[in-house]
Amino acid sequence: MKRFNIWAWLWIMLGMIYFFLPLYATLDYSLRGRKDMLSLAAYENVVNDPQFLATFGFSLQMAILTIVLSTLIVVPTAYWVNLRLRYLRPLVEFVTLMPFVVPTIILVFGLIRIYSRPPLSLTETDEGTNLILIGAYTVLSFPYMYRAVDTGLRAIDVRTLTEAAQSLGAGWPTILFRVIFPNVRVAILSGAFLTFAIVVGEFTLATFLARPAFGPYMALLGQNKAYEPAALAIMSFAMTWLSIGLLQLLGRGAPRQGQLVGTR
Amino acid sequence: MAFLDLTDVRKSFGTTAAVESFNLNVERGEFVSFLGPSGCGKTTTLRMIAGFETPTSGTIKINGNDITYAPANRRPIGMVFQSYALFPNMKVADNIGFGLKIARKPSAEIRQRVHEMLALIHMEPFADRYPFQLSGGQQQRVALARAIAVQPQVLLLDEPLSALDAKIRVQLRQEIRTIQRKLGITTIYVTHDQEEALSLSDRIVVMSHGRIEQIGTPFEIYNFPQTAFVAQFVGTLNALKAEVRDASAGRVAVDGQEIVMARALDGAHVGDVVSLALRPEMITLDGAAQQTNHLTGQIETITFLGSIVRVQIRLEQSALFLDTFNNPHLSLPQTGQTVTVGFPREACLVLSSGSAAPTRDATSST
Repeated sequence: MKRFNIWAWLWIMLGMIYFFLPLYATLDYSLRGRKDMLSLAAYENVVNDPQFLATFGFSLQMAILTIVLSTLIVVPTAYWVNLRLRYLRPLVEFVTLMPFVVPTIILVFGLIRIYSRPPLSLTETDEGTNLILIGAYTVLSFPYMYRAVDTGLRAIDVRTLTEAAQSLGAGWPTILFRVIFPNVRVAILSGAFLTFAIVVGEFTLATFLARPAFGPYMALLGQNKAYEPAALAIMSFAMTWLSIGLLQLLGRGAPRQGQLVGTR
Repeated sequence: MAFLDLTDVRKSFGTTAAVESFNLNVERGEFVSFLGPSGCGKTTTLRMIAGFETPTSGTIKINGNDITYAPANRRPIGMVFQSYALFPNMKVADNIGFGLKIARKPSAEIRQRVHEMLALIHMEPFADRYPFQLSGGQQQRVALARAIAVQPQVLLLDEPLSALDAKIRVQLRQEIRTIQRKLGITTIYVTHDQEEALSLSDRIVVMSHGRIEQIGTPFEIYNFPQTAFVAQFVGTLNALKAEVRDASAGRVAVDGQEIVMARALDGAHVGDVVSLALRPEMITLDGAAQQTNHLTGQIETITFLGSIVRVQIRLEQSALFLDTFNNPHLSLPQTGQTVTVGFPREACLVLSSGSAAPTRDATSST
C-alpha cells in the first residue's frame, strides 16, 4: 500500500497557495467595485467601454495576421533546417533568440527610423504602420514559434516522410501542406497561442507606433481606474486558460508519433 | 537492353567515395538484392536510383529513359523504407491512395485501387485505422501497398524487414516475394541479411567498400564465391591456417594433418601459409571414412541451434566447427572425445589475400 507522504502534500499546498492566493486577492478586489457588496460592476465597466472592444478587436486582428505570417515563415524554415541544413541549426536558433537580446524599445526605434522616410515611408498611413507592427510582432514571436515547431518536427521522421511523399510523386507544396503541416499541427497551435498571448498584451511597439492596441489600453486603464485593471487581469487569465484548454482539445485528435519505427 | 541500367555510377561525399564503378543491368520483372555490410554503399546506390542522391558520375536508365538527374517525384519508382514512413495523419486507405491522389486519378479509380491493394495485403478491415493503431508488420504491409498502388516501373525496398521481429520477418519476406512475382514488378532490395537475400532474390549484388564484389544467383554466390570477401560474408565459414606441402598437387597441412585439394595452388610455394576455408555443412562426422580428406581433433563444444547442431572441434592450434542436422534420434559424441571428421576435396577453398579470387575446384557441379 502506498504511504501517505505528508511532506509532499505540504509542498503541494504551499505551491498552490503561492499561485492561487494573489489570483484570489485580485479576483476579490475586482468584485469590490460597489461598496460593501460583491459585484461584477468592474467587469461591466470594462466590457461596456467601447475602447475595450475596439482595442481588443484590433489586437486580435494583429495577432491573427502575425500568427499566419509567423507560421508561413517559421514552418518552412524549421522544416528545411531539419531536412537539409542541420548544420545551420545553431545559427537559426541564435537568430530566433534575438528578440530576447535586443530590447523592444531599440527594435521599435530602428523600425521607425527606417520606415518613416523614403523609399519605404510606411509610417505615413495607418495600414503601413500596421504592416510594421505585424512585422515586428512576427519577430517577437520567433523564439516561441520556432522552438515549438522545431520540437514538433524533431518528433517526426521529417526526412523519411519527405522522401516517402516524393517517391509517390509529391512536390514541395504538397509535402509541406499535406504531410508536414498536419503532423506538426499541435506544435504550430502551441506556438500560435503563445504568439497570441504576446501580441494581445504587447505594450512598447503599439505605444511607440501609436496604434490602438490592447496593451496600451490596459496600461491606461491601470493609471486611471481602481477596480477595472483587476477585472482585466482576471479576464486575461481566463483567456490564457481558455487558450490552453483549446490547445488540449485540438491536440486530442492529433496523430501519435510514437510508433514510426518498431514492432507491436 | 536491360530494364534498369546503371552504368559507371559513382558517388562521393567530399573526398570519400561511397560508390565506385557500379555497373548493373536488371531485367524486367527481376528481383535483385544489394547485399553487404553497413557502409558498403548499397543504400546510397538505392537512393541514387530513387533520386534522393545525385550520382557524382555515371548514368541511370529505366526502360531506356535517362533518369540520372530527374527529380525524385518524377521517377517511375515506388519505395518502401525501413521505418515504414507511413503518414501519421492519414488512415491506412488514405496512405495507400496518396500517390494516386497526387497523380490526380478519379476518385472512383482511387477507391477501387485502394480496395485491390488492401485485398492484396490481406488488410481490408484495417482501411480506417491510423498507422499507430497497427503492428510493425501491418505498417510495413501498408507501406508496400502504398508503394505499388501507383504501379511503379521499379520497386525499391530499403531494408524493409530490419525493424521487425524474426517470425514476422520471415512471413513478410515470403509475402513480398509472392506479391512481386504476382505483379511481375522489377525490384531492388537492399539488405545486410544474407538469409533474406539468398531466399528472395533472382540475383544478388554483393558489395563491399562501395564496389561490387560479385553479381550472381544465390546458388552461385554461396557455392562459387569469386572473392575472399564474398566467401567470408555469405554463409558461415571455417578459416584455417594451412601450410603448403605441394602446390602443384594441391596438398596442404593443417596442424600437421594433410589435406588434398581439388586443384593446384597457383603461385604458392612449399612452406607458404594460406587461409583454407571450409563450409561447416560440408564437414561430416558420420561416414568420415568415405571422404577424401580427414582431420582428427577433440570435441570442444556442442551447441544446439534448433534445426542444426554445431560441433566445435579443437585440432592443435586451430579449431573448426561443423553443422549437422538435428533429429530426435541423433547420437552425438561427448565433449572431450577424440573424433575424425571428413570432407570432400571440392569443399576446400583457399582464400587469397585482399579481395582476389579464392581458389576452388572449377569442376564443382551446380
